[in-house]
Amino acid sequence: MGLEFLEGNEAVVRGALRAKCDFFAGYPITPSSTILQSMLELLPQAGGIGIQAEDEIASIGFCIGAAMAGRKVLTATSGPGISLYSENIGLAIMGETPMVIVNVQRQGPATGSATKGAEGDIQFTRWVTSGGLPVIVLSPATVGESYELAYRAFNLAEQYRVPVFLLTNKEIGMTRESVDLDAIALPPLVERKRPDGTRDYLPHDFEAASDVPAFSDFGGDRIARYTTSTHDKGAYLTASPAVIQEMIDHYTAKVDEAADDIAMVREDLQDDAEVLVLSYGVTSRSADVAVRQARAKGVKVSALVLQTLFPVPAKAIAGAMAGVRKVIVPEMNMGQYRLEVERLAPSGVEVVGVNKMDTTLISPGEILEQGGLS
Amino acid sequence: MSTSAYTSYLTDKLGPLPFCPGCGHDPLIKAIDKALVQLQLPPDKVVIVTDIGCIGLSDRYFVTHGFHGLHGRSITYGCGLKLARPDLTVIVLKGDGGCGIGGTHLLNVARRNIGITLIVGNNFNYGMTGGQHSVTTPTDGLTATTPWGNVEGPMDICGTAIAAGAAWASRGTVYDKDLADRIAEAIRQPGFAMLDIWELCTAYYVPRNRFKKKDLYELIENCGLELGLLVDKPRAEYSARYREAYETGKKAARPRREVEPAFTNALGRRTGIVIAGSAGQKIRSSATLFAEAAMFAGLNATQKDDYPITVMTGHSVTELNVSPTAIEYTAIESPDCFVVVSDEALKKVRQRIGKLPETCTLYAEESLELPETRAKVVRLPFVRTARKIDRLSIGIVALAAVLRDTGMFPTDAYAKAISAFQKGEVADVNLKALEAGIQLIAPRTEA
Repeated sequence: MGLEFLEGNEAVVRGALRAKCDFFAGYPITPSSTILQSMLELLPQAGGIGIQAEDEIASIGFCIGAAMAGRKVLTATSGPGISLYSENIGLAIMGETPMVIVNVQRQGPATGSATKGAEGDIQFTRWVTSGGLPVIVLSPATVGESYELAYRAFNLAEQYRVPVFLLTNKEIGMTRESVDLDAIALPPLVERKRPDGTRDYLPHDFEAASDVPAFSDFGGDRIARYTTSTHDKGAYLTASPAVIQEMIDHYTAKVDEAADDIAMVREDLQDDAEVLVLSYGVTSRSADVAVRQARAKGVKVSALVLQTLFPVPAKAIAGAMAGVRKVIVPEMNMGQYRLEVERLAPSGVEVVGVNKMDTTLISPGEILEQGGLS
Repeated sequence: MSTSAYTSYLTDKLGPLPFCPGCGHDPLIKAIDKALVQLQLPPDKVVIVTDIGCIGLSDRYFVTHGFHGLHGRSITYGCGLKLARPDLTVIVLKGDGGCGIGGTHLLNVARRNIGITLIVGNNFNYGMTGGQHSVTTPTDGLTATTPWGNVEGPMDICGTAIAAGAAWASRGTVYDKDLADRIAEAIRQPGFAMLDIWELCTAYYVPRNRFKKKDLYELIENCGLELGLLVDKPRAEYSARYREAYETGKKAARPRREVEPAFTNALGRRTGIVIAGSAGQKIRSSATLFAEAAMFAGLNATQKDDYPITVMTGHSVTELNVSPTAIEYTAIESPDCFVVVSDEALKKVRQRIGKLPETCTLYAEESLELPETRAKVVRLPFVRTARKIDRLSIGIVALAAVLRDTGMFPTDAYAKAISAFQKGEVADVNLKALEAGIQLIAPRTEA
């Protein structure tokens, strides 16, 4: 029994440490600073290292270096910091670097409102760097999920050798909730695959495009290479269009072909539903209330809550949309994830957004009213 | 790896080094190789990190680990590798361009004394992109972007790093006879060590400025700079200091504030409480203890705080939900209890008070002039009561009164939370404040 009164940021730290994170670098920014503070306090006790860097660019640079030396790394920031991480995220994708990046979203653009909640970075996170290659993006709705998804983010980073984003929100990160983290069931820890010694070590070795290469540490007994430039499996510069395309196909396939395995959703479907409420993040808590209230009034309504935003859990979304005439997508932005839903919606299905960006939570009443359920 | 002597750290598989004829990078890379041969470091314990620029073509020619990262950020990857694995020898190669775009990393690695070796191949312009001017282009120097001569002054890379606290720094040229020895000496330093090596870019700077080897030495003299070892002030390397600071400063890990339900509650439904006060009135900590007390009574709770960034002044408004059922949507649209204890807070929540429903009870400090409200108003002497104990305890006094008045769960649960999670004098003061808050209500209910 471990009932505690924790904020989401503390839960992220607990989840990371539970996943054996042993390196953190970050730069102060509200509303993510308590992750930085807690990691710097707790990591040395856990045998790890935490450092406050001179800026966000150095934060993620330190993390990439440490990850390639074998550490399990975390960094945390908010929207403005992700902007500064952008170029290095491209590097991490190219280098197949396992790492977890927390974005405790705040109202943007630019400096926006530091202490106000938002969900404005949804598509920004998916298309965060040049080249448009896929990353994994998870979105918790509660303090408990902040813990669980932080832990799972490390597993996914290790398994797929790709940056994994935990997209939270000031409204979760800095809100305390009564929660028993110990009662949350977690899967076994996943560690990055190591080379087995039967082949010469290539940092980006694969047979099928979707294979995830084995990882050997910088400082390990196999010579490791890493490069920001277009390269072959050995991380040597190449100008061969065939090799370049082969590598791009690999980065894409290893994430996109695993979409069903990466997909985490919470389904509450009704067989004869006419309406689907599709939500994610803190707004899904209001959606749950709205769905219950609509059902009490006799509306046949299904609910789908996404914990994995990218790769898009297309199968789950298509399944939940089957048979409905309308999908309501409430978001604390001007309709970013609705784009994904619209492209998956069968013809004739109306997709309605409930959107605002005034820094306040979307209420159950707003979902009912603007979604046409009241 | 073989234990026999290492005779070269450069591979012969890729052919000769790729640089232009006469480029200073070629002798520089060969000098680094010679230095490594002197040191006989196992190649799998050495990482060559390169920046963007022509020098970034060099890492692949080494048989060590090789890391080629973004422009200007090579120091950050080097630091990450070194922090993660202090046993590795990390050598960062960058150009003068990288020192411009990544200037802050140069300052900060010098200041922190992370034990990497930085070697700058300084040839006064961006050779890879067409010979544009850099932070070290001499005044009046002709480049692709200073067609009438450079009007900017050059940055002294060593001087900048030394000003930031570099423990070991040396300036030289690729023509130095002892270049390999000096590189080996830099690599041997446990802390941050840097070499600023001046050289010629034969593709751009040399033809544009008719710049020759003798001009390099003249330039150094004209800039009033010295060659050779400029600073050698060893101090503890970062990772060693980090461990030492933790070992000497470490405190017992903060215990978790775990709650085991031990009281019953009489709360039939979710209840929203807003408490509005000022910085220094323990609003947030009192609310957290209140929520934990609710948890001791088997309830769920949430807490959100609103306060200005200048945390020691201004309003402090906290929203609490306590509920026998799961709390989903956390905002409080229609508060059940609203507490206001200071003028500053009243200014912040005045409009909200005007909109309170009849079902809400407004617990107000008696001295405040309240706006019109439909809420049931209970005026209590929070400030005067707290002043008798400790003027800061207003938050506890007020929430104790609310708890006693509403009876949502036993006040003993609040006492339990205070005793469980606070120590010594703080706990004593808060327990007194709790009792005083209860007494504000108790006589009325008995009467």
